[in-house]
Amino acid sequence: MIEIQELNKSYAIGKNSLHVLKGINLKINEGELVAIMGSSGSGKSTLLNIIGMLDNYDSGSYHLDGVTIKDLDETKAAKYRNQFLGFVFQSFNLINYKTALENIALPLYYQGIARNERQKIAFEYLEKVGLGDWSEHLPSELSGGQKQRIAIARALASQPKVLLADEPTGALDSKTSEEVMALIKKINKEGKTILVVTHENEIANMCNRIITLKDGVIMTDIKTS
Amino acid sequence: MLFNKDSWKEIFDTIKKNKLRTFLSGFTVAIGILIFIILFGLGNGLQNSFGKFFTDDKVNTIRLYPSSTTIPYRGYESQRRIKFTNSDLKDFKEKFNSKIEDIVVRNSSYFQIKYKEKANNYSVRAVSPGHQEAELTIIMKGRYLNEGDITNKKKHVVIGRLVAEDLFKEEDPIGKYIFGSGHSWKVVGVFQDEGGDREERTLYVPYSTMQKIQKNNDEIGQMIVIYDKDMNYDQSLILEKELESYIKEKKFISPDDNRGIYVSNTGEEQENSRQFASVLSIIISFIGIGTLIAGIIGISNIMVFVVKERTKEIGIRKAIGATPNSIIAMVLQESIFITMISGYLGLIVALIILNGIGDSLMEKYFISNPYIETSNAIWATIILIFFGALAGYIPARKAAKIKPIIALRDK
Repeated sequence: MIEIQELNKSYAIGKNSLHVLKGINLKINEGELVAIMGSSGSGKSTLLNIIGMLDNYDSGSYHLDGVTIKDLDETKAAKYRNQFLGFVFQSFNLINYKTALENIALPLYYQGIARNERQKIAFEYLEKVGLGDWSEHLPSELSGGQKQRIAIARALASQPKVLLADEPTGALDSKTSEEVMALIKKINKEGKTILVVTHENEIANMCNRIITLKDGVIMTDIKTS
Repeated sequence: MLFNKDSWKEIFDTIKKNKLRTFLSGFTVAIGILIFIILFGLGNGLQNSFGKFFTDDKVNTIRLYPSSTTIPYRGYESQRRIKFTNSDLKDFKEKFNSKIEDIVVRNSSYFQIKYKEKANNYSVRAVSPGHQEAELTIIMKGRYLNEGDITNKKKHVVIGRLVAEDLFKEEDPIGKYIFGSGHSWKVVGVFQDEGGDREERTLYVPYSTMQKIQKNNDEIGQMIVIYDKDMNYDQSLILEKELESYIKEKKFISPDDNRGIYVSNTGEEQENSRQFASVLSIIISFIGIGTLIAGIIGISNIMVFVVKERTKEIGIRKAIGATPNSIIAMVLQESIFITMISGYLGLIVALIILNGIGDSLMEKYFISNPYIETSNAIWATIILIFFGALAGYIPARKAAKIKPIIALRDK
């Protein structure tokens, strides 16, 4: 599903350049649930952003479902994101003036799906994450765990190839974290490829493969089950 | 995207759910248009009033007033008082026959007029019939003085509207006799005049009658030359010079004497007022453009603020598949929709206010019947909407170009 070879990425900071990813090689198959670990500054978020087409890379290659992802313009990147990827962020990133249902339906709007159809699909995913009764609530009326579940439903609604979660439990207490991870595992069982960036061991241990990054290189790549 | 029903639904949704933002940008545009139209309208009203002031009297006239000389000339001492007489009138008329329509006589005096128990002091003008045209007097009742009144030296009088109100109240003045200067005068007409209350507290009598009762003299205090209305301003200036030098010659006044007689051309006043009006309209345009620019700056600020506020939302939308163009379209559609609706509202309200003002500010502020040309009002609205859209477009394009991660990082 994801094939990355000799991936390099630097950031210019003033006159200096910061080499964040130093030749990453990575292959992720369909249906895997992968945790990417590492301390802050290890390059794990940068890697996720590149996989998520939110950021460009300098050299190497990246193939997603057989499509070369390189130097995309914003319009093309937006289309691929919409088609291939679902995002879950640490800070949920729901649109605060839209209801739970409308937030979930938004990626479908950008896919050009008609309003009634959108609402129907969005409601299915809302029920899937167990929040069927909360469709008309605004994000401000929901708990952190509920918000993250809405965000997961939104990420799934466009039927992406890969779900990318950047510290999905970072803003949640441990009990809610477990619930959210249970949901992610459930979705993975249904066949979805999922990447989770985290720095918590408990979260990583719930995945079936753990990749650890340090200073821009992969230190370990362990299959847990 | 722009004409997609679904994208409009999305816009309406956003507008409905962001009331403060909608209100701020709409209010700015509405107020901008409102102030522009009202100021412009009031300016036009001011111009209307000045137009009225200067058309109170007929414009193609030259007024001649005798005075005293200041320079000795041809054996005459200075300080000699110049007088016009009936024979001068006849000579002037013959001499300038081809260029003028009429020379009107006006001898002004002021005395008490009495009717029954009521009495008051009024300005009385002894005039020839042509005076009606020179002064643009409007007859409300009865008639003006005619040639018969002059020839037969009738004791007839035409009284102003306010004189009739003062002395007669509800009574019909026509045919009644009033007393003044030791004689009784028959009222033959009542008039009104655009020149205001003072003009309407005036009485007109035949100049010949007045000359007769004032020891049978033949003196004329003031002459009003009505010249051909086809003459332009320059031609009237030439006529003015000709008149002046002819009279100076005839009355033995030095050509270098600035006194002796006064000559005043109302065409000159007209020219001055025309210049004044054009200065006024420049000032009005300046105010109008200034207001419009202020409005544009206002809406631009709001739009920059709106896009800034939405940076994170834009980042989220991009992360889940919004293209840069769809982001720009979203911001533009929203801003154009709001500015159009509120611009139209501001326009309507302003026009209603202008209509409501009407003549109510005439007394205190000399603003009568303020108005704005429909095309100007519509242009102003279009300009404001255009700049509102432009002001939204620039930051929207910038925001659409930002990478989603950077936009998402923005808290």
